[in-house]
This record gives sequence, C-alpha cells and structure tokens, in this order.
Amino acid sequence: MFTIIPNPQAKPIDAKFGDKDLIRRSASSITPVAQRQPEVAKLIDVSKCIGCKACQVACLEWNNLTEEVGVNVGVYDNPHDLTPNTWTLMRYTEYENPESGNLEWLIRKDGCMHCEDPGCLKACPAPGAIVQYSNGIVDFVKANCIGCGYCIKGCPFNIPRISKVDNKAYKCTLCSDRVAVGQGPACQKACPTQAIVFGTKDEMKKWAEKRITDLKSRGFKNAGLYDPPGVQGTHVMYVLQHADKPNIYAGLADNPRISPIVELWKGGTKYAGLALIGLTAAFGFLHHIVAGPNRVTDHDEQEAKRLAGK
Amino acid sequence: MTNSWTDIKNADVVWIMGGNAAEAHPCGFKWVTEAKAERGARLMVVDPRFNRSAAMADHYSPIRSGTDIAFLSGVINYLLTNDKIQHDYVKNYTNVSFLVKEGFGFEDGLFTGYNETSRSYDKATWQYEMGPDGFVVKDETLSHPRSVYQIMKKHFSIYTPEMVERVTGSPKDKFLKVAEWAASCSTKDRTMTIMYALGWTQHSHGAQNIRCAAMIQLLLGNIGVPGGGINALRGHSNVQGITDIGTLTASLPGYLAMPIDGEPTLESHLTKRQFKPIQANQTSYWQNYRKFYVSFLKSMYGAKATKENDFGYQYMPKLDLAYDVLRMFDLMHQGKTSGLICQGFNPLMSVSHAAKTRAALSKLKFLVSMDPIETDTARFWENHGEFNPSDPAKIQTEVFMLPVTSFLEEEGSFTNSSRCVMWKWPAADPYAESRKDVEILSDLFIRIKKLYEKDGGKGVEPLMAVDWNYKNPHDPSADELAKELNGKALVDLTDAEGKVTRAAGQQLASFGEMRDDGTTDGVQWIYTGFYGPNGNFAQRRDNSDPSGMNVFGSWGFSWPANRRILYNRASADMQGKPWSDAKKYVLWDGKRWGGADVPDFVPTIPPERGTMPFIMNPEGVSRLFAAPMADGPLPVHMEPFESPVANLVFPKLKGNPVARVFKNDMEVFGNAKDFPIVATTYRLVEHFHFWTKGVQKNAVTQPEFFVEISEELAREKGIKKGGMVRVWSNRGEVKGKAVVTKRLKPFQIDGKTVHQIGLPLNFGFIGETKKAAPINSLTPFVGDANAQTPEFKAFLVNVEPIAGPVA
Repeated sequence: MFTIIPNPQAKPIDAKFGDKDLIRRSASSITPVAQRQPEVAKLIDVSKCIGCKACQVACLEWNNLTEEVGVNVGVYDNPHDLTPNTWTLMRYTEYENPESGNLEWLIRKDGCMHCEDPGCLKACPAPGAIVQYSNGIVDFVKANCIGCGYCIKGCPFNIPRISKVDNKAYKCTLCSDRVAVGQGPACQKACPTQAIVFGTKDEMKKWAEKRITDLKSRGFKNAGLYDPPGVQGTHVMYVLQHADKPNIYAGLADNPRISPIVELWKGGTKYAGLALIGLTAAFGFLHHIVAGPNRVTDHDEQEAKRLAGK
Repeated sequence: MTNSWTDIKNADVVWIMGGNAAEAHPCGFKWVTEAKAERGARLMVVDPRFNRSAAMADHYSPIRSGTDIAFLSGVINYLLTNDKIQHDYVKNYTNVSFLVKEGFGFEDGLFTGYNETSRSYDKATWQYEMGPDGFVVKDETLSHPRSVYQIMKKHFSIYTPEMVERVTGSPKDKFLKVAEWAASCSTKDRTMTIMYALGWTQHSHGAQNIRCAAMIQLLLGNIGVPGGGINALRGHSNVQGITDIGTLTASLPGYLAMPIDGEPTLESHLTKRQFKPIQANQTSYWQNYRKFYVSFLKSMYGAKATKENDFGYQYMPKLDLAYDVLRMFDLMHQGKTSGLICQGFNPLMSVSHAAKTRAALSKLKFLVSMDPIETDTARFWENHGEFNPSDPAKIQTEVFMLPVTSFLEEEGSFTNSSRCVMWKWPAADPYAESRKDVEILSDLFIRIKKLYEKDGGKGVEPLMAVDWNYKNPHDPSADELAKELNGKALVDLTDAEGKVTRAAGQQLASFGEMRDDGTTDGVQWIYTGFYGPNGNFAQRRDNSDPSGMNVFGSWGFSWPANRRILYNRASADMQGKPWSDAKKYVLWDGKRWGGADVPDFVPTIPPERGTMPFIMNPEGVSRLFAAPMADGPLPVHMEPFESPVANLVFPKLKGNPVARVFKNDMEVFGNAKDFPIVATTYRLVEHFHFWTKGVQKNAVTQPEFFVEISEELAREKGIKKGGMVRVWSNRGEVKGKAVVTKRLKPFQIDGKTVHQIGLPLNFGFIGETKKAAPINSLTPFVGDANAQTPEFKAFLVNVEPIAGPVA
C-alpha cells in the first residue's frame, strides 16, 4: 500500500509555493526561479481503477462545482465529455484483445496532464493567464483569462473548456491549493483502490515500476508508464497495461506534441514577425540617415498650386 | 464474513462470484487490489456480465444467471475426482467420515422424504447413524457406501465440465481454469477467499449456492484460515448489525430464536435446543443457549422477569408463521394488514412485483414512513404515469411521513461485513424538525402505554412488563443502549470458591459470564465484551497490526469476543501447529492457544483432547452433509422459477421443489416461449440503492435508467446504442435507454442460444435522476426455500426497441 498522506492540522499553514515559484508565465517574460521545488506527479494506475467515479465527485466537491444532470446515451461515461465544471472524467473502452482473445474494460480517468512543456501556456496570449510552478503544476489564473480559447488549440490532450457563463477557460488545477499545504489532490484522496497516488515525480516513477512488474507477471508484456517525451513528460502519468497502444484508452494521444501551428506561431513565426517589424524600422532609420529627411521643396509647392488650378 | 475485509490481503486466490465487489463494495475491494499488488494474488470473477470486478480480474468466466449450483458442483466434482483436497483438514475437521442413516437416497433431483402436496421434506432419513453410546458412527477409511465421502462422490459425479458448459453456458476451458485455480489452494500453504453477495442469496435456491461455496472451501481446507473463508459482503453499512440485532421476524438478537406456537413455556422452547454434542469431547457452544436466552429476557423485562414467571417468557409473542417480507406483503395484498410502519425501508422499490406491492399498500388503513428522505413508497399513491400508475382518488391509505435524522446526524454504531462494531459520532446537526428513530419509537411506546393504562385493552401485559429504565425515557441515549446490548451483572457473581468475579452492576467482559438464573442481563450475547467494564471498545481506533497479518485487533470490536477470523482453531493442524509458515495464525504453544487473533476455542484445551474447531456444531466439525437445510443435505442443480430451459440435469425438477409460492403468484410466472430472455438486476457503484438518486452529484454520474444488452441481441432486435427499449415480464414493464455492450454475450445452452440482459436497480420516480419505473415491476414473487430472500437475480423478460420520449 502506498503511504497514506495524513490529514493536515487544523491550524493555518503557509503555502509551500506561490507566485515566487513560477517557471513560466503566459505571454510574459520572467526569470525562472533559480532552485526548482521537487517536481510532483499524480500517477493513475489504469489497471487498478474500478471506474467508480469517486474522483469525479470529489473534484466537483472540492472545487465547489456543479455539473448538470444529463442523460444516458448508451455508455457509462457521464457527463459525456469534459466541461467547464467537469475537470476530470472516467472514459470507458471495451477492448477485445486480439492476442489473448479476452475482453478488457479499460477505464481511464481523463483530465489535465500538467505537461512539463505546456502547450496551453505557450499558446496563451493573455499575460499571466496560465502559469507553471517550479513543481510542475500548470495552473489557470482566471482573473487574467480573456477567454480566447487559444489554450484549447495549444493543448495536445484536448483538455481546457471555455465557460459560456463567464467566458473563461477551466481545467484541473492538480488541486494546487491542496498541494500547497502538503495534501494530495482531492481525486487521489477519494480513490478507494489507490489507483490514483500522488507524490514527487521520482517517487511516482518508482511506484510505477513496481506496478509494471506486477502487470508483466500477469501477461501484459507491454505494460508501461505513460510519461510522453513529446511534451517533455507530464506531471500526471498513467500506468497502462498496453503502453504500446495508448490510443486504445479512449483516444489517449500516442505521441502528444504541441501543435506545429502553435509552435510556429509562438516560436518561429513570432520571432520572424518581430524581426520583420524590427527590420522595417531599421530600414526606415537607415534610409533617413542615407537619404535624409523627406522635405517639401519650393518647386513642389509651385507645381502643386499649378495643378490645383490656382 | 467468516474472515474480515483486511484479511483478504492474505489470499493467494480471490474468487468473486454471486457479487460484484468492485461495484458494490469499492472501499472493501481495496483489499483485493492489495492482495494482487502486494502478494501477487490472482483474481477470478464468474458473473453473467463482464462487470467492474471482472475488469480487474485475471480470469473471467461468464455464467447464465441462476445456474451457480451447477457451476460450483462442477468445481466440487473436479476437486473430488482429481483428489485436490486438503486431506488432513477434511478428514479431521469435517463430517466426511460420518455415516448417514440407512434409507437415505436421492433420485431424479429429489432426496428421500419429499412430500409433493406440502412442498416439503421429511428429513428423517437425512440424519447420521448413531451408535449405542449416543455418538455418531464413523468410517475413517471413507470407504463405507453410506459415508458422507462416498455419498458426495456419487452425488457430484454428474457435474462434469461438459455438463457444466451445457447447463451454465460457461465455456469448458473457462470453467476448468476456475476449477484449477481453486484447486491450487488445496495445498497447506495457499488459501483462496470467496467473496459473494446478493448475486447468490437472491435466488429461490440462494442458500444452496452458498452451501456449495462452503463445501469447496472445506474441501480445500480454507475455513478458519487467513486469506480463506466464505465472505458475505453485506449490502448496507449496517446490514450486519440489523441481522445481529434480530430484526428478522423469526429471530431475536444474537441469532436466538423467536418463540413459536407449540412452545408455551420457556422449558418447551429450550428443550428443543439442547445441542448435545454428538461426538466425544466436543464444545457444542449452543449448549449455553439457555444463559443467553435468560439474559435477553432479563434485559427485556427487568425486575418483572423472575424465575417463577419463566423470566417473562410468557410475554413474548409466539409466532404462527415466519413473517418474512414476501409473506408480509402477500398478507397485506389479501387485505389482512391494517397498518405498516416503514422504518428506513422503501418496499415499493425493493420488494418483488411492484404492482402487487402498490396494490397491497393501497389496502392499508395507514402507512407510516420513518425516513430521512421522501421515499417512493411514501408517495406510492401519487400518479406518475407509466413510472407509478396510480389513482389517488381510489386510495384510502392515510400516509404519515416522520422525518428522521440521517445516520450522519446521530451517535451510534455500525457493524460492518467483518462483524466489526464501530462507533460513530454525529457529523452534523439534525435537519430541520427531524428526530431520531429512537426518540420517535420511545414516544410512540410511552403514548401507547398511557392509552392502555387509561382505557385498558386486550393483551396489554407484555407492553406493561417491558423494562424502560432510561435516564430520559423519551430519548434513551446511544451509550445506554449500547451498554444494554452488552449486559451486566445484576448481583455479585462468584466463582466456585465464592470469590466475587464480577460485582453487581458491572458490565460483563464476555458472554462466558452470562448465567441462566437471572443474575445477568444482556440483549445481544454475541456483542458482549464490546462495552465491557473497560469501556466502549467500538470506539477504539488503533490501526496497529502487531502480527503483521493485517489483523487490527484494537480497531473497534469484532463479535464474537473480538475475533477477526471465525473457527480460527482450524488454522492449525490436529497437533496445534500452523498448516504452514505462510499461514501461521492461531496455534498451541504447549500450554495455551494464542497467536495473531483471539482463539475461537477454550484456550486451555490441549490438542490431545480431540476437541474440534467447529465449536458451534454438536458435531464439533463442519458439515459437508447438512441435514438442517430445507431443500436438501447436499446441493442440487435447480433452475430459477422462470427459466429459458428445462432442468437439464434433473428434467423433473421445476424450480426449487420446496420453495414457497403463494396462490396467484405461480400463475404470473412467465414462460420461455413468451419471455425468452434471461434478466438480472444489480446496483451501480455510482448510487447507493434508492437513496442517492436524490443526490445531485450522484445523479450527474449516472443520470438515467438503462438496460444492458449484448451486441448480438441488439442486432437481432434492431436496438441501437442509446435508443429507447421496452422490457416486459409477465408482471410489468420498464422503459429505458439501451447500453449495447460487448460485456454481455449470448449463451449456448444445450445447443440453443439464450440471451441475457442486465437491469440496474437504482432508479425510481422520486429524485434528481430521470424518472423510471421500479425495476421490481418485473421480478417474480418467490423466495429462497430457507431464507425467503426474493428471486431478484434470475427471471424472464422480453425486449423491443421503442420510439424515444418526446423531449
């Protein structure tokens, strides 16, 4: 059993991290904090998940969110997608394993992966609307959000959702408020089978190794950890029975990368654009130096009067 | 549970069948995931549906609903034919060597003594052969044709893997893998736990399903052993508590019996329950029945219970019949019931054949609903169209709703499946004007008593005799009631030398202190010790595990005597040594029994004396052959009353031949021609029974009733995923969304394709979820022959696609 994080004391505790610990801030240039805090991670062991949705309800409760009562559309997934209120969602896949001939019911808890290289933050044009702390948590700062939806384009996992009520973007915060006082996220706390565990990223990788060994002993030869390098790893990781086929888990990205449009636009294009503006200015200046200021001569004045018929 | 939730971690194989622990017991299920992750345990699941537990399993085998006995008998046959049994255990700790009387027989699915008219057995021939010394006759060589071993070998030989496949629809290879994994635990160092719930009990042959499992565990030597046992997962947080406290009509607290007609005196009741040992040197602990009974009566009637008046036995009602839930509602339906007090009970949702229940409630003069929430039952008279068709103008029943505090708003105790009594404190103030159940009942008692005192009336003495000695008679405290359950000394109790062992007024430390002369009281002998002289042990919250065997002896109090595994003497061999180092638990250290747990044994009896571990049986050993069962000493494959096929093993059997069926209910059983599809009901993890459909966040996670249908059946019927379907039985219909799934597959039964559908039960016409008719609109009104638990898990329906509702 993974060591259970004890409840906090009743007396107030100082937050362990805050604005001084930022390593990235959207549309702003900051000096990253010199010493990073230990990177945290949430590990979701799909092979231990019974799909009870306690995490979904705990998320609603802790974050004081209200989701609408929907309808059944022929599946167990409810709601049917992430919403501005549902920041985490169980997705169920019935998978017929072609090798063993067995049916597998793969249940994946979907939500923000807290990428080390966050596409949402890179795409965001609003200064300070998305921040990344030195422990790896990627958080949305509602007050700075302009509701443009670029974060959705930037996310390789299709996670953020824009509220129709206040036109702001929402997603899982990894319970940064709980983590700041030494607690794990609410979903982890509610999980009855320790399918969700939380700790430092190193601890989580070690724990995952043990789980993968167990899964391999049960015939899942491709069991493995999902910590995709395309986004420089994530702070929410999965243990998958079939790590060679992430896509069978309700479309989990096989090899997530930040969209090339975002990369181009916020990377090369951005600098090219800036360079073009700079070059234009430089040309003007050079022209001024070489050709001198463009003055109106007496001849010009007289010609103008003649043309005007005066 | 014979074992406990935490003990599941000690298992090498976990077998879930007749239950869906991941779905219905998600928190307890963590011990399964722990056994898997920490011990490398293997999990196997046998169920009609590939359910959430199956999603976690290493091996899954499908089974047609209602055919568990055939499957399990197949496993028993496999163990016997392949000699995969724990020999030392079986030979010494079971009745395998006992001889059964001459004249016992079995033919065409019926045992000797069957009476077709009364639908019951005369069990005279099912008894053991007794010697002139009053003890049972045995054949240690197990070769005698009337030995239990030989009878069993013959009895189970018909359940070959081929027969299992033909009857249950479980493919032979999948069945055999289950049998092999079970058999792997016949060695002394490996154990298997069996976890079941209402998927086994809710059949007309439910008790025999469980008997089969118990027999398998005995053959494997897995009872009384860590990581073993036969573990009933209880459906509510305190359902173990309500059974212990004797709310079933035929039982009193602590599994003492209600007096019945023909037992006019205390002696006439007790002489039937002598429980004389039938082997030398056996404990036969029920010999103390008398002490527990008298102590109970002393608690009921206090000073009014004297030796002269049979300790008030005369005040006790004498049952003419067992008033189980089906009988109750049948009588109500006949118009023989005036009023019903429904305390924490929603029968319109939870009793079979909802139309009959609705009609029955309509015939009452009054209905009192004591509940923290508005139940569907309290509003049975409202017309909710197809979801609850009713004509209020025609219903005269007066309905009273008394809001009670919820379990979160009052102090008290819960007893979980592990038999562990745990105290709880209120987490919130009572809502609005709600009152505690205890307050309402006390008030009712005092008012009725006053009315009788003023006006007099027939049969008033029992009411007047009740001892109601509480600080505040209108509101007895949880602490007072807990102390009363435990019991105390009424005078100074002395030992043989006259030394005072327990002073008058002191709480008893154990039921061993109870006396039959009226000098002790105590409502609930099995709980004695939980609130002894050292305080309320239910409040203990020490999670230390000194033995390292996941035994948390200082957490709460497990009845009896804080024992975490029942019959744990069986974890050691005849000499008192553990069967293996891996399963070291309770052992003889040369002077005393001790170990990880409280020994289920007199701790000073040396192994040489030959006293056996199954101390509650007069045999001293466990029963592979069990005469007390109503429907046979050995399990027999019986089809459900509504079955898609005839009984393929015993063609003459229709349903359970001794199950009680009321007049008019037999007529509304459906046949396989009109209703070719098997249906089963179950709950969903997102909801708790019928309560949480009123809770917004639960409603979000499962908002609407649905029907689970295989892709094959959907194709055949033209049903689309998410489309509406109508499901009807011979008793009613429900409508819901179709969840078309690979997790259900058609069965091949004797060469014929049989479809099965799944129906979750959590939805109704009151609450936040979309309205639905009660699922019990469909279910048959028949129960188990031993326990009368209704057959909710296997019945016949038909299904068709319909147009969706106009939104």
